[in-house]
Amino acid sequence: MTDIPVAPPPKSRLRLALESDVFYTFRRSPVAVISALVVLVLLVSAIFAPWIASTNPFDPASLNLMNGFTPPLEPNAFTGDSFLLGTDDQGRDVFSTILYGMRISLFVGVAAVAFAMVLGITLGLISGYVGGWVETIIMRVADVQLTFPSILVAMLIFGIAKGITPVEYRDQMAIWVLILAIGLSDWVQFARVVRGATLVEKNKEYVQAARLIGRKPGAIMLRHILPNVLSPVLVIATISLALAIIAEATLSFLGVGAPPTQPSLGTLIRIGQGFLFSGEWWILFFPACTLLALALSVNLLGDWLRDALNPRLR
Amino acid sequence: MLAFIIRRVGQSLLVLLIVGLVAFSMFNFVGDPIDNMLGQERTAEDIARLREQLGLDRSFFVQYFRFLQEALQGNFGVSYRQGRPVTDILLERAPATLELAAVSGVLAILFGIALGVFTAIRRDGIWAHAIMSASLIGVSLPTFLIGILLIYVFSVELGWLPSFGRGDVVTVGGWKTGFLTESGLKALILPSITLGLYQMTLIMRLVRSEMLEVLRQDYIRFARARGLRDRAVNFRHALKNTMVPVITVIGLQLGAIIAFAIITETVFQWPGVGLLFINAIQFVDIPVMAAYLMLISVMFVGINLAVDILYFFIDPRLRADRTGGH
Amino acid sequence: MAEPVLSIRDLSVEIPTRHGIVKPVDGVSYDIRAGEILGVVGESGAGKSMAGNAVIGLLSPPAHIASGEIWLNGKRIDQLRGEAMRRLRGKEIGMVFQDPLTSLNPLLRIGDQLVETMRTHLKISEKEAEKRAVAALEEVGIPGAASRVNSYPHEFSGGMRQRVVIALALCAEPSLVIADEPTTALDVSVQAQIIALLKRLCRERGTAVMLITHDMGVIAEATDRVAVMYAGRLAELGAVEQVLTRPQHPYTHGLMASTPLASEGKARLHQIPGAMPRLDAVPDGCAFNPRCPRATEVCRTPPPPRVKDGMAACWHPLVEDVEEKVS
Repeated sequence: MTDIPVAPPPKSRLRLALESDVFYTFRRSPVAVISALVVLVLLVSAIFAPWIASTNPFDPASLNLMNGFTPPLEPNAFTGDSFLLGTDDQGRDVFSTILYGMRISLFVGVAAVAFAMVLGITLGLISGYVGGWVETIIMRVADVQLTFPSILVAMLIFGIAKGITPVEYRDQMAIWVLILAIGLSDWVQFARVVRGATLVEKNKEYVQAARLIGRKPGAIMLRHILPNVLSPVLVIATISLALAIIAEATLSFLGVGAPPTQPSLGTLIRIGQGFLFSGEWWILFFPACTLLALALSVNLLGDWLRDALNPRLR
Repeated sequence: MLAFIIRRVGQSLLVLLIVGLVAFSMFNFVGDPIDNMLGQERTAEDIARLREQLGLDRSFFVQYFRFLQEALQGNFGVSYRQGRPVTDILLERAPATLELAAVSGVLAILFGIALGVFTAIRRDGIWAHAIMSASLIGVSLPTFLIGILLIYVFSVELGWLPSFGRGDVVTVGGWKTGFLTESGLKALILPSITLGLYQMTLIMRLVRSEMLEVLRQDYIRFARARGLRDRAVNFRHALKNTMVPVITVIGLQLGAIIAFAIITETVFQWPGVGLLFINAIQFVDIPVMAAYLMLISVMFVGINLAVDILYFFIDPRLRADRTGGH
Repeated sequence: MAEPVLSIRDLSVEIPTRHGIVKPVDGVSYDIRAGEILGVVGESGAGKSMAGNAVIGLLSPPAHIASGEIWLNGKRIDQLRGEAMRRLRGKEIGMVFQDPLTSLNPLLRIGDQLVETMRTHLKISEKEAEKRAVAALEEVGIPGAASRVNSYPHEFSGGMRQRVVIALALCAEPSLVIADEPTTALDVSVQAQIIALLKRLCRERGTAVMLITHDMGVIAEATDRVAVMYAGRLAELGAVEQVLTRPQHPYTHGLMASTPLASEGKARLHQIPGAMPRLDAVPDGCAFNPRCPRATEVCRTPPPPRVKDGMAACWHPLVEDVEEKVS
């Protein structure tokens, strides 16, 4: 037995994360915890939809038209089958369509935000670091685009892209066009924040030093400047995700988004609206609730994250 | 002041030129206009004649210039889908959208400012907290769901209000208005609430945060120290200063209302330009899309310009800085 | 002797915080008579402004008056709330803030701000108020007052704006003016003018003035009596010559020695060791004892004796051995 003090083992990343201030404020905020739980549950059920859903609603073989318009938890008058959230006009299980629809909504939302983020960060870094006429052009375009609501920009891009795509591919391409449209309508926020931070960081001594020892501009931007802007970017990304999910739902609801063959939550609501007057409320109600829960919890999470990281965003 | 306005008008024109370029590019590069206009049965002769007619054999800039010339005269070509001049279709439908947007805008501004001031002054009250929490849900609630909810409650369940259309309209000097008939006014209620609610929430949250900021200022403390009545402090001193930054955003929101009308018009089958635009996208009716884009840009740029000029009448500091030429 | 305009008795202000209650003002008493200028000095955080805010009823919550009494012209005002207190502000008590650049509403003409203040408190017509506004601006020495009433605050320089602020504070003829660091934000060249103006106007009208400052030059220039505050408590109270030249409290002594004006001729300025305690950690006994060269056991336990006019709150005042120290 010796009394030599042993240096504590280095803390794992998980440990550091659990002890951080951000995690502390997270545990202290019931709104944030509940929102995170809701997001997690929805995300997991969307990813594992094929295993959770009782049927694949888009496999014609598994459908029985006789099951159409079955109210929730009531046996169907003809077949005696019973469905948790009822069925729609074609006998598709609403619960399953929601799971599959959420998959598309989340996929489009996440991919659009990722696209906007990469585009925005790249253009922001370039315009901040390079300056000159490159910066002028990028920021001018950003200004003009910012004058218009992003949903309008997204619609326009969707319309143009649809015009370019040959008719026979339109339905297949719709999801990708949607991602492109929402992503392109949303990059400005990222670019502005990154450019602002780059302008500040660019003149700091460590960046000057990196330049002096001959680091390439690309390496300086990625290794030195980018890490400094990650927390505001994270906040914008979270809030953008809520907006992107709503934008996708809106476009699909308007009939200029996900096609009926690949319905997202918005498409489901569009379909359900048709049955509002005939009393089949569940076809509309459950997808709407899911969309609301998803958008609200992501939004609340973004709100909390902004306060927690406090990157002087307004 | 004149120099400032001229500069702003110049910037506005530049924005319009850029948007015009986008619209023009849509015309020329999205799909083949010849294809679109002539359909399946056509001869090489027809194609050549049309190419010349449309000036497609000229250079890019000559074509762009011609496009602008035509656009200035209000000529945006013929709708692929309806086969009528786009300008006629737009003019026919504009009153519906403008009336809806005007009512929603007034609702959003009045209630947004009133609630924002209320929640700022009674910051710690129960009602203020309740309104703020509700507004967070309001921001997350997609517009079309609000519309559907209102239809469900007031049309399906209660049967009080119509769920679609504008009701009866009266033509006054070529303008079809719904303001003058009972069914027209009734039909306006649900759509205008749907359209205005989101903007109202935004305006309210902004007014609240700006006003809280202003209430912390020294001149508000000094106004209180002089024994001015609460009403004078809150409304004469604080509100006026709050409005300076808020006005820009309200201007932008008015533009946004016209754009968001697309969604509301779809939910309520409101026969305005927004519904027209959505249908144009679904059927790739390029001339209608381009004309709508130009129309909405003119409105946006006009609103922005009006807001800038309005500042001169509100903020004396700006007046001095720009005219005095320090 | 005439009744004092303002009389503060044992005033304490408390702020509840997470770590307990702090007392930015603790058992302070002083009087101000008509036409008299009382200087209140002390470091930032000593509670000078907080006492002024308590008098005019503008403590920002959760700060509140915990005990003590404030009497204005023979009326007790510390218990007045809301509307009753508002009527007093501007009418009976005027206030001048530190920064003239931020204390005027940038969007209102100064004439309108004057008219509005007068018409809130005095029963006069719009016309009469406008006339008086011009007169008020003339009185504070604004050239071309008749046309300047229509100017906006940004059209004035800092010194001119402070003149406007003083006109606003005095326009309803209050019997007490609280001037909270009125010259701190101004250029040195105009500080003396503003102090002279304040002094002249108050002498003419017989207004009592509470002049809050940390500037010993201002104290020497303008005041009749001085109250020295330390860590929320009154350290010393007395006539200006006495406090400046024959301070009794070791803290006042240190303060004078560290001021260029009072220690003219000395090669190096004196420093008081240490810093004023944070308000949540005021030591037992005399608050100054850890930094005091004269502190003994008695200073560490019971509170020091109460201040009376011309006396210090100290067990070992400097008065008797001033001669001895000089030698």
